Amino acid sequence: MTPDLLLSALAQTLRISVPYGLAAVGGALSERGGVINIALEGILLMGALGYVLGAHFTGSAWAGLVTAALAGLLVALVHAFVTVTCRADQITSSLGLNLAALGLSRFVLKEVFGSSSNSSRVAGLPQWDIPLLSAIPFVGPLFGNPLFLLAAALCIAAWFVLFRTPFGLRLRATGEHPEAAATLGLSVAKLRYAGVLLSGGFAGLGGAWLAADQRSFTDGMSGGRGYIALAAMIVGKWNPLGAVAACLLFGFCETLQIRLQGGALPNEFLQMLPYVVTMVVLAGAIGRAHPPAAVGVPYEAEAK
Amino acid sequence: MKPPIIELDGIVKTFGALRANDGVSLSIEAGSIHALVGENGAGKTTLMKILYGLYQPDAGTIRIAGETVRLRSPADALARGLGMVHQHFMLVRPLTVAENITLGKEPTAGPFLDHARAAAAVRALSDRYGLAVDPTARVETLSVGQEQRVEILKALYHGANLLILDEPTAVLTPQETEELFAVLRELKAAGTTIVLITHKLREVLDLSDRVTVMRGGKTVGTRETAATSIPELAELMVGRPVLLTLEKKPATPGAAVLELDALAASDDRGLPAVRELSLTVRAGEIVGVAGVEGNGQAELVEAVLGLRRIATGEARLGGVRLNGLTPRAIAALGVAHVPADRLKRGLVLDFPLADDLVFGRHHEPAFHKGPLVDRAGVRAFAEARLAEFDVRPPDPTARAGNLSGGNQQKLVVAREFTRDARLLIAAHPTRGVDLGAIEFIHREIMRQRDAGRAVLVVSSELSELLALSDRIVVLYEGRIVHETAATATDERTLGEYMTGRAASVTGPRA
Amino acid sequence: MRALRELVGPLLAVVGALVVGAGFIAVVGQNPFAVYGKMAAGVFGNAYGIGQVLFRATPLVFTGLAVALGFRAGLFNIGAEGQCVVAAFAVAMVGATFGGLPAIVLLPLCLLTAMLAGALWALPPAILKARVGAHEVINTIMMNFIALALVQYLGHDAFVHATVRTTEIGAGARIPRLEAILPFFRGSPVNLSVVLAGLAAGFVGWLLWRTTFGYELRAVGLQPAAAESAGIPVPRTRVLALCLSGALAGLVGTNFVMGYKGFYESGFSGGVGFLGIAVALLGRNHPAGIVLAAVFFAALSYGGLVINTDVPKELVEILQAIVILFAITLHVAIERRGRRKAA
Repeated sequence: MTPDLLLSALAQTLRISVPYGLAAVGGALSERGGVINIALEGILLMGALGYVLGAHFTGSAWAGLVTAALAGLLVALVHAFVTVTCRADQITSSLGLNLAALGLSRFVLKEVFGSSSNSSRVAGLPQWDIPLLSAIPFVGPLFGNPLFLLAAALCIAAWFVLFRTPFGLRLRATGEHPEAAATLGLSVAKLRYAGVLLSGGFAGLGGAWLAADQRSFTDGMSGGRGYIALAAMIVGKWNPLGAVAACLLFGFCETLQIRLQGGALPNEFLQMLPYVVTMVVLAGAIGRAHPPAAVGVPYEAEAK
Repeated sequence: MKPPIIELDGIVKTFGALRANDGVSLSIEAGSIHALVGENGAGKTTLMKILYGLYQPDAGTIRIAGETVRLRSPADALARGLGMVHQHFMLVRPLTVAENITLGKEPTAGPFLDHARAAAAVRALSDRYGLAVDPTARVETLSVGQEQRVEILKALYHGANLLILDEPTAVLTPQETEELFAVLRELKAAGTTIVLITHKLREVLDLSDRVTVMRGGKTVGTRETAATSIPELAELMVGRPVLLTLEKKPATPGAAVLELDALAASDDRGLPAVRELSLTVRAGEIVGVAGVEGNGQAELVEAVLGLRRIATGEARLGGVRLNGLTPRAIAALGVAHVPADRLKRGLVLDFPLADDLVFGRHHEPAFHKGPLVDRAGVRAFAEARLAEFDVRPPDPTARAGNLSGGNQQKLVVAREFTRDARLLIAAHPTRGVDLGAIEFIHREIMRQRDAGRAVLVVSSELSELLALSDRIVVLYEGRIVHETAATATDERTLGEYMTGRAASVTGPRA
Repeated sequence: MRALRELVGPLLAVVGALVVGAGFIAVVGQNPFAVYGKMAAGVFGNAYGIGQVLFRATPLVFTGLAVALGFRAGLFNIGAEGQCVVAAFAVAMVGATFGGLPAIVLLPLCLLTAMLAGALWALPPAILKARVGAHEVINTIMMNFIALALVQYLGHDAFVHATVRTTEIGAGARIPRLEAILPFFRGSPVNLSVVLAGLAAGFVGWLLWRTTFGYELRAVGLQPAAAESAGIPVPRTRVLALCLSGALAGLVGTNFVMGYKGFYESGFSGGVGFLGIAVALLGRNHPAGIVLAAVFFAALSYGGLVINTDVPKELVEILQAIVILFAITLHVAIERRGRRKAA
């Protein structure tokens, strides 16, 4: 294997992994606080739509990033309201939101762009010139991509926040034993809202990556990535850095899939790999993955 | 004169139609140990959760040190120096002791957690009050007694000068209880006010300065501890004189019914829980199993019932080998079982009473026709049992979850005690049951014995075992470390064996 | 009385969603009343519309029942989508491979294939749940994606060149259209598998409330620890329940492959597996409720096509989602009130 081939494969893996990583880390923050978030898929989609709308109406990619994050926050806000304030089932709420995102994005696509399949072309992200790093073949451009840098910074920051700050400790306590957090005067609802909203912002930016990469929105462009991110979060054992590692693994599988098109190994088997790996991990074959103890359980302050 | 540290006046709290607190008034002097006693459901815990800001009262006022306050959340209560040790510990198991204690008021270095300072703060507190615990240990590795220490330290760390303890001794051995009481006395000497919620009257007399009795959501009396007695408190709790002793004829043991021969079984984590245990229970006798919870009692019962694999050794019922049989097959051999946690394991709360009365017996010929449920048969049986055991309401279509705790227990008893059984296993048969129902259940168990059944009772209440059993065995780390006639022992002696301090087993429990 | 209370939440959810939908319609500059009126007339005002609704309701009954049966056993089967994809593909293969067989043999063979394939696809998550307690939600989602990849892989050989569909199944595997018996439904794709859906609903009701197995299944769903203590084999009951659930989802293939197109086509399901969750939810996990909810969602789905010239048909997808969110939220609120009254 030549260095060029390696570097280009690395670049492709990283590119593919950005939306996975943002969504998976977001999912970890939500679930660590005790709220299952299968709506990552819908949030990615709404984030992509948000980016295209923002960039379309202002002509600015920066505005697109902001609207993408806002779109993600909006979906997350609904999820938080339904599951934390109204205490409804988290899985069903997520699935409903995925459906809503699909319908809403198509609806908006038709109303704004008059098409049922794709938006018009919008601005892409600017390319910064970073000394030395930008000169690296293939991978260089990534270091000049502001969203790539932001994503990397956010994923690392998420780990520090979760495991090194009081907020992270409180969030984890809430996901493990909300009553314990409540008896120390912490607001379970606020913490859970925070976790869910963070996941919305993260995954919304993940959606922005998809749209910015392609400079347009296409119907259903999240394409199941939210579910892969969910899988990566599990394989990464609800740890942001673990989730990122799993995303890179899944991204690498996808790179192989694209590059080995028609090769000896049928493409579809590489396609299955993330899902199979996740099932194997859940089966306890590669160390047991324990979700936060109270994830999925609505918290009721005056339960009797 | 200083005002009382706490004054509750006319507190009302309803949950739907249930008035958990119905105009409760209570006054607590600073620096005293005040016991709050009452049966289950008397409203003690609800009252304390209101005081701690977890529940909002529908009516009434709370005064702390003379000042009327509104406690919107535990944060308000904490800020006013209240601390609470809940009956079910509020600990986050994967986190460390220091993280649990400092949660919500974490020492930081810049934006980050300062683990070293947190550990130092915990150490300082634990040295001061003699509550030894390792701040860096994960809570999931601690024993129950240690967990309780963490809970107390947590309240102290958050600045509590009034400590509410809800049934703190329910999970402790007699020796651990004495250690706890020593700590509480020390806290009192240091000026901390202590409210002790309990239903164990002995402890009230041992520890408290004053005692308030609650019944049916109301306070029915406050006494100076020095000027009251157990019979008086019991009568206040129940509202009528209570027979605290059980009339018991001597046992006439017959043939061996349950025989355990070097039985061994593992717990859920695969660690040995029951170790080479041999025991015989004869027809017409009650054998009590004593022990600190977690010493193999649950696993022993499950192994006999077929709910847990017997690793080595043998269990026989009337000579029939039980190893490898399904729970259903074992039940069919004649085993009745009152599970420890009937709300979780004894009943399906969302089922109608009729369905719950045949639950686990639905394979008996009277209750099915081939693959179909025999609805007429089930209903006829249910109506008869509901009348016989005076379950209220006697409506087979009512939901079990809507019944009172006592009636739910009667439902389980009605189903299990009417089985065609040779062996009755009752685990914690009176846990969470009020005094009136305890009398009823004890009499029923005695009747089962006198009808010639073999009875195995597991309980953490030594007074219950001493009253009921003919023979008592003490389980420690999965082994029987002591066996005695119930008349030849006392709580103190049993407690020594339960902690492994007596007997051949050496070394204290970690 | 209890049945009436069960209806309140779903009805409120539907009304709430229609109100929100009216907002969307107004936003795009249309009159909500006119649009809803047109929708109702187009859907229920003629035989073709009714036929379309029944045709669309059929798979939803199957997946709704599948999800509900899982729920009753305490299992959340999000894998109905994958189960019906695999089953439909299997039916198409068997129907084409043994296309020469007479209907009396081929028809039952195809039905059996559909159920077996669906059950098989539910088996790995079922076993993982029973053996190691792995969460079936994630595993059934994973199986959905594995199903898609697998069918895509098998399609390399099975699909007609340059298409994403299989060859036609034999005449003996075809389920007649309803118009063959009831000329009223002339031209609409509704076929006799709608009867099968009705039978399936009846079967599930019978199984749950008349048999000892159903009694045990419900006990496992409500309180697994209690079921275990009562000697009910919890793992086995769970495996059976999830496989039965998969078998029901597998029957979706009968409507599309055997009753309508005569072949498998990629993307045929249109998310009926996921929509089955909404159907079960709105139908309160009761067969009768599920039939009603399936008809409602089918009417919405066809109604979207009716109004597509005025309002994007995607409006109905939004409506479906809002119904779900309202239904779960209201359910909690109503349960809470109910408990408060009962307590």
